[in-house]
Amino acid sequence: MTTFNGIPKHVEDVLSRRSVLKSAGLFVVSFGPLTAPVNGQNPAGPYPDVDYRQVDSWIVIHEDGSATFYVGKTDCGQGTGTSFRQIMSDELDVAYDKTACIMGSTDVTVDQGGSGGSTAMERDSWPMRRVAAEARRVLFQMGSERFGLPVDQLVVNEGVISVKGDPSKSVTYGQLIGGKRFNVALTGDNINATSGAASVKPVQALKNVGLSPQRYDIPPKVDGSLKWAVDVKLPGMVHARNVKPPLAGAKLVGIDETSVRSLPGFVKVVSKGNYVAVVCEREEQAIRAANTLKVNWQKPSAAPFPSSENLFNYMREVKPTSSSKPIVVGDPETAFDGAAKVLEADYDIPFQGHTAISPAHAMADPSNGQMTIYSNDMKSYGMRRGVAQFLGVPREKVRVVWMEGPQGFGRTAADDAGCEAAYLAKEIGRPVRVQWMRSEETAWDTKAPAFAVKMKGALDASGNLVALDYNARAADYNHVGYNEADTVLIAQLMGIRRGKPAEGSSAVPSDVYAIPNRRMAAHVVSMPLVWETPLRTGNLRDPNGPQSTFASESFIDELAAAAKADPMEFRMKLLTSATAEDNGFRRARSIAVLKAAADAYGWDRRPSPKPRGTGEILSGRGMAYSFRGQTIAAEIAEVEVNVRTGHVWVKRLVCAHDCGLVINPQSLRRTVECAMLHSLSRAIHEEVQFDTEKVTSMDWNSHPTLTHADVPEKIDVVLVNGDPNPNRPDLPPYGGGESACKPMLAAVANAIYDATGVRLRRVPFRAPRVLAALKAAQI
Amino acid sequence: MSLTLIVNGKSHTVDVDPSTPLLYVLRNDLGLQGPRFGCGLGQCGLCTVIVNGAATRSCIVPVSRVKSGITTLEGLAKDGKLHPLQQAWIDEQVPQCGFCQNGQIMTAKALLDKNPNPTDAEIREGMNGTLCRCMTYYRVQAAIKRAVKAMAEHRVSAKEVVA
Repeated sequence: MTTFNGIPKHVEDVLSRRSVLKSAGLFVVSFGPLTAPVNGQNPAGPYPDVDYRQVDSWIVIHEDGSATFYVGKTDCGQGTGTSFRQIMSDELDVAYDKTACIMGSTDVTVDQGGSGGSTAMERDSWPMRRVAAEARRVLFQMGSERFGLPVDQLVVNEGVISVKGDPSKSVTYGQLIGGKRFNVALTGDNINATSGAASVKPVQALKNVGLSPQRYDIPPKVDGSLKWAVDVKLPGMVHARNVKPPLAGAKLVGIDETSVRSLPGFVKVVSKGNYVAVVCEREEQAIRAANTLKVNWQKPSAAPFPSSENLFNYMREVKPTSSSKPIVVGDPETAFDGAAKVLEADYDIPFQGHTAISPAHAMADPSNGQMTIYSNDMKSYGMRRGVAQFLGVPREKVRVVWMEGPQGFGRTAADDAGCEAAYLAKEIGRPVRVQWMRSEETAWDTKAPAFAVKMKGALDASGNLVALDYNARAADYNHVGYNEADTVLIAQLMGIRRGKPAEGSSAVPSDVYAIPNRRMAAHVVSMPLVWETPLRTGNLRDPNGPQSTFASESFIDELAAAAKADPMEFRMKLLTSATAEDNGFRRARSIAVLKAAADAYGWDRRPSPKPRGTGEILSGRGMAYSFRGQTIAAEIAEVEVNVRTGHVWVKRLVCAHDCGLVINPQSLRRTVECAMLHSLSRAIHEEVQFDTEKVTSMDWNSHPTLTHADVPEKIDVVLVNGDPNPNRPDLPPYGGGESACKPMLAAVANAIYDATGVRLRRVPFRAPRVLAALKAAQI
Repeated sequence: MSLTLIVNGKSHTVDVDPSTPLLYVLRNDLGLQGPRFGCGLGQCGLCTVIVNGAATRSCIVPVSRVKSGITTLEGLAKDGKLHPLQQAWIDEQVPQCGFCQNGQIMTAKALLDKNPNPTDAEIREGMNGTLCRCMTYYRVQAAIKRAVKAMAEHRVSAKEVVA
């Protein structure tokens, strides 16, 4: 039995509870040994922050030589845990299948912020690598002392250190430090700067990086054994359901509690301001009680928003709440005046919902004077801070146990259920599980902002693009933040208001086209109702990218058509006509990615539209490109448009993608495939609809999504490394989770144009809208 | 009201309101984790279980309507061996978040039980009402085809053994 002396309590607790890996190397992350309640109660607090400046907070080596990595990240479904294991096992020099990864529970893992912004590999893998390299250095030091030889006389292979030239002299990591602490301090002013004395390996020395081990989280997801956040059960727990205002901006006048008091299992109605919830012993009882409760609401005197049909007229006419300083290159006004041809077009992208496959949910346990929230919040650390602030309790009394849940994509960074469960648990004094209903989630989740974009472009007599103007308005005022105690929905409904709503953001296009005269302006507009609105905007996977890129890359296609140029060549010319060095070789990498996409598809060079076919089905192809951060994506869509019904089927998709160093190619391919299809869903199906009183998108019929029937026949993902020196030892990984979302809307619109000669400038391309446009063009 | 249910071959007695949707009984009384709540409207398929051979949306079926022949995701593996569909799901690395995959796998199971060799169009048609918001559909369809192949090969080799 190892004894631990003078070590921080949380590390001791963690060390003593950490279990050894199963022999298969498959380690199912559960909340069992780490965070389970003790005798049905929360473990005694306080729950201090985990010290990122200690190797022990990140890595534990067990007596059998296996290693467990503790990282401050969560996984939204892209398999990042597997990639962290690859990159850390490489730096530490242990076999991949003798490692495990624990993520995102605030009392046992360092605070790397959870997930968001596709930062898993680009930013957060770096401290992991450096700490693993430092642990390896320390182990070499220990080996050196054991054999009385300098470290350069030692080698390591899969956790076994041996003497060069004398493999009989060897010692395992487990023998050196198994079950014991490193007690090695790290440096760094912030967690991203965490480092030891060791350097990370050159890329060429990484063995697991670049391979595709299967994701460890998938088997328990397909055999039913994984315990998800929705599955947590605690002694004495009760179930809660919210009762939302039936009209946006309605005020609570009164509640007739007698309407539910005699229902089976009734526990309590909890209400404050306009927030109302019903708590019952059983789940179905809570649902029934929430449906039965008589609540008197007062209709607001003013309309909360225009109807979704009138949204874009409203957005164009209303005074912006803020405008960013336009980015101006050259002299656009003069260039437009002297141009041979000037084109103008308006593009409209509606509000689109997260509509997560599972509505928001959380369990909160108030026992033992502490508060534990079992949650799938992708930013579990932010939830911990938000809940502590919202309840007015010290942060040390709150912990968030992260567990798997439905896709995050930004929805669970603005998690409402965690704060609700914590509030109700405090009120009731028992563990409370909250789950939103489908209509509640679809109507009241956070939305991607609607965009209205005005584009203007000028060609010279030779068809060269000489001036481009982009002017966007985004309905993004009071964009909600990350689990903030004054912007989560329960806080808003309770009447809590921050002094000034968040400004929100609009966006300018992401391309590196060399255009001599250019102006890009972005404004934010507000709906009349700012607080307690179901049209709350929040981050939805690449928050403004699909919208701004739909406008910019559709319009580039319009300009190419006006110049009678091949759309691929037109773009390529805009990329190659400048030679200036740019950030991260973006230009060189963009060119490589476009070429790779064209090659993979077999792109035939010709202007769009193609000569119109005959018959019911018209086919065509379109492309679009953009970057997100340093990641470049070019996508090609091939469509079939049914001219009788207006139905659009995307038959084939290609994505060429460059995100620098690829950790797990198979995981990346899956992520890119699904990101493309997510945006395809936004292109052809998704729109939040509302009248002037309420959101009317309440379920899967009224906010439809991509289905099996829509799936392309063929999807190709080409991973490109377009770095001018692709073998450099410091090749960094860039983000991979969102980049493929951006170009898809424009690629589909451009393909529809190629097939039919009809330009769709309003998303989504549902059959009735497409049919109307075809009819208007007399097709 | 006391009701007896046979789930994954085991008998359970529960004391619940007979109008309770089967889903809540499976999850909260029997502690099963395969079927999950997604919509409560029978639209998405997350709650799918197989009742006497038919893919059934347990969120809209009162518990009193079904007594036996209920199979959940947990009941697919036999003798510690995953069902070929589950294995195909791993081999094909289908899930992203995985939250909907109970519905995908159980719907596919019922589909293949009725039609062991579906065409691409029959797969699309049979799976169409089973939603995934991570958009894993392309891989789900690939995994179904992979399982079809594996199951056909297994049938051939089983015949050879018999012969």
